[in-house]
Amino acid sequence: MKKLESTLPNMVLSLLLICSIMAAALALVYGATKEPIAQAYIKGENDAVKEVVPAFDNDPNADQWEADGLVFYPAKKNGELVGTAVKTFTESGFSGRFDVMVGFLPDGTIYNSKVLSHKETPGLGSKMSDPKFHDQFNNLKIEGNLSVKKDGGTIDAITAATISSRAYCDAINRAHAALTNNNNTYDSTSGATKGGQE
Amino acid sequence: MSNWKTFINGLWKENPTVVLVLGTCPTLAVTTEAINGLGMGAATTFVLVFANIFVSLLKNFIPDKVRIAAFVVIIASFVTVVDLVMKAYTPALYSALGIFIPLIVVNCILLGRAESFAQKNGVFPSLLDGLGMGLGFTAALTIMASVRELLGNGSIFGHSFGFENNMLLFILPPGAFLVYGYMIALTNKIKSKQK
Repeated sequence: MKKLESTLPNMVLSLLLICSIMAAALALVYGATKEPIAQAYIKGENDAVKEVVPAFDNDPNADQWEADGLVFYPAKKNGELVGTAVKTFTESGFSGRFDVMVGFLPDGTIYNSKVLSHKETPGLGSKMSDPKFHDQFNNLKIEGNLSVKKDGGTIDAITAATISSRAYCDAINRAHAALTNNNNTYDSTSGATKGGQE
Repeated sequence: MSNWKTFINGLWKENPTVVLVLGTCPTLAVTTEAINGLGMGAATTFVLVFANIFVSLLKNFIPDKVRIAAFVVIIASFVTVVDLVMKAYTPALYSALGIFIPLIVVNCILLGRAESFAQKNGVFPSLLDGLGMGLGFTAALTIMASVRELLGNGSIFGHSFGFENNMLLFILPPGAFLVYGYMIALTNKIKSKQK
């Protein structure tokens, strides 16, 4: 077959056909991957919840509620609340926003915390994921605000990553404040939200 | 050029990263950890092979004056496919490579191979060219990322060797340029000896 000449009808026709074929192919792939993408997302959230609260037997993702722009996942065992995982965030990371999942026991003590996604410098800020850093938050009962030692607080900042450490404290403080402010609107026994909560 | 030579061409003689110096943006940006280099290389190889096959199949159907537009549509479609599939089945790798997957669209290796090889050759040689170039890109990225991870973080593919006091510089952007420069210098040295 000879190469098509660059006349206007030829150009319009060939581009139109290529675009339609590719659009159809993309629609197919989108349809096929829509469900797995949603499931991978839910699985990621549930895995993170599992790490930050004690063992539970409900589906925290189904019971989630939102307040102050954060998502709360109640973890229950035999119908009793054993902890609440809060998906929180901070805008003050070294490379902008990052997400943290933090689990509180019903009495407000931190059980565990975990970075969900971040863009911090590998080898510096990324050490937030090391147990050495985030384990110092465990079993803390927050009174006022958490801060790093440099700012007069109690948290040992990561060497050469004070900004990331501050941001981590900020994310946890945000979660704690939101949980305290909204806990009275949340009925822990029935699992339902009261007072205009979505 | 025999099929074997076409394939080997991209791996060494015209390696896209260290000889042609194409697609340097992803090269410099993602090579902070060996696994990222390998993942980026694998994703690019996939797109490169399929884009080359399609361009080669459609080469007589695409009029010369709109060929770049047609190539970009084909490449962008395959990148979107990779993006969706990775999101669905390898969410961990997807979150590590983040914004770099859509950037494969503007990786000039792809447009370069479509323009200089696939549109002039048959389907099978184009497939081999895509595969060779892709593997050459993957190899260069993985080596570069391993060096940076080893010097900067004391580990390769996440396996720590237990060094203290690593040279953080190599994980930061300037380290990328240093390692890249030495890799190109080394390649030129070996190439000049071969002549």
